[in-house]
Amino acid sequence: MSQTTDAFALFRPGRKGMGIWRVAATFALVLLLVLLGLPLLSLLLQVAPRDLWTHLRAPVVMSALRLSLITSVISAGAVIVLGLPVALLLAARRFPGRRVLEVVINLPMVLPPTVAGLGLLLAFGRSGLLGHALSLAGISIPFTTLAVVLAQTFVAAPFFINTARAGFESIEPRYLQAAATLRASPVYAFFHVILPLSLHSLVAGAAMSWARALGEFGATITFAGNMPGRTQTMPLAVYIALQTDVQSAVALSVILLAVSFGLLFVLRTFVVNPGK
Amino acid sequence: MIHRLPSVVFRVEFDFFSNPLNSPMKITGVKRAASLGFLVFLIVTFFWVRAARQFKPIHQRNASSLCVFAAASLNEAFTQLAEVFEKQNPGLHVELNYAGSQQLALQIEQGARVDVFASADERWMEKIGKHGLLASSAQVFAHNILVVIIPRANPGRIEKLQDLSQPGIKMVLAAESVPAGRYSREVLERLSHSTGFGPDYLLSVLKNLVSSEENVKEVLGKVQLGEADAGMVYYSDITPANAGWLRVLEIPEEANVLASYPIAPLKSASNPQAARKFMDLVFSPLGQSILHDHHFTLVPQPSRSTP
Repeated sequence: MSQTTDAFALFRPGRKGMGIWRVAATFALVLLLVLLGLPLLSLLLQVAPRDLWTHLRAPVVMSALRLSLITSVISAGAVIVLGLPVALLLAARRFPGRRVLEVVINLPMVLPPTVAGLGLLLAFGRSGLLGHALSLAGISIPFTTLAVVLAQTFVAAPFFINTARAGFESIEPRYLQAAATLRASPVYAFFHVILPLSLHSLVAGAAMSWARALGEFGATITFAGNMPGRTQTMPLAVYIALQTDVQSAVALSVILLAVSFGLLFVLRTFVVNPGK
Repeated sequence: MIHRLPSVVFRVEFDFFSNPLNSPMKITGVKRAASLGFLVFLIVTFFWVRAARQFKPIHQRNASSLCVFAAASLNEAFTQLAEVFEKQNPGLHVELNYAGSQQLALQIEQGARVDVFASADERWMEKIGKHGLLASSAQVFAHNILVVIIPRANPGRIEKLQDLSQPGIKMVLAAESVPAGRYSREVLERLSHSTGFGPDYLLSVLKNLVSSEENVKEVLGKVQLGEADAGMVYYSDITPANAGWLRVLEIPEEANVLASYPIAPLKSASNPQAARKFMDLVFSPLGQSILHDHHFTLVPQPSRSTP
């Protein structure tokens, strides 16, 4: 840990030439805080706590919140299970088509979510490429909770894969060499060397992809539709509420904000950076 | 404990600026990096501010443009009307914004600067009127009826309106807050009172509902893609572009609703004269014939509605 501190000592005040840096950093920080913090603060100031409680108890809100939490946790789980091997592959191996694979994996981060939803519909929809075969087998994905999970997994995957990969790549090769010299099997090396050394990145990546899944809107409404209790997650409920009643939309937003903040805070404090 | 060595990474980053073999140089390197970073920051900010100044709010734009907010269902008809208008008034440019009427009303309430608002039902126009945002009273310029659409392949094997209540049908309607959604539910309600339909028709159709879409064009899309077995849209939503993908089931006149489309100029109009001219075109024989071509039902003579 002391090495980390030493590295950033270069940026400590008192060092020569730090004045201009400090001005720039402060300026940027203030601008960023205004941009990020002000909208959140405005949402918070709009609602009285009592209204929040009333809205929270509304059945539509409860079911949307429950659906959001369940689907985003399942999606994050799916992202971890499917993303871990891919991240390891990308970090460890050089193979033809690696760049293409990288781009494909990162594409969901750039695509407008609605396009992602349309793509999912054209692939897994009833008349879609794969969906047609599925529908012959009696399986129909659009308009189901499974569609919500698929949409969330699609958009959230890159966040985990990229972070996990960076974590794997930052492992000192000599630890793995040592493991190899001691005749550790790849599986043993993975669980006893790679996993503990990159755990911090893996958890950070999982938290990020979970957060992305929780906020997913565009792909969900396009691919899964909007049905309370089945496919209406919190972001959709907020959007639909916004069309009739701004106040309740604000209240729903604040609830979503509070839940996300709480969960991310807990993750950051106890798992990602324990003891900091 | 995790032993990561960020200092190594850090030094590598600044290798561009310093000689790694000569450690006193490092501070100069950081200094140079910092000032370079600050310079980039200044340049970016400069261009950002310059670019931001070009995005003037709508009301500050020149008087040669007319901003029209129109219900999603008016899309094709108003696009054509705007073309005619631009041809008749050279130099005037029409900016069209289509969305669900409820969303447009919300945007107008929240201060969007708009010249003309055309809504798919009178409720949202009344709401704008109550806020005192209308320059003059709204007038109904067209009517619309609802139809049931099914994908050409007819995956739900729907032949008549009664089939919509068959269990397992995937039905898509506009959400209740959307005018089309409210009308759809009204039609279903009326059908349940008609002969040949059970009294529980409404409930069993709503049980088949798989999605409440946020505007009527989304309903069209889901049916056109074949994902839903049936949906309810305006007759005017059937266009040459999508007719080939759809089958249309008509709804008997006595159960159908006659959706009214009011139009009004807004107080925030930056171009009241052009707004007036545009409305005149909508009510003119030419404008009405364009609306008729797009399956709207016409109004005998302009009727007054919302104050």
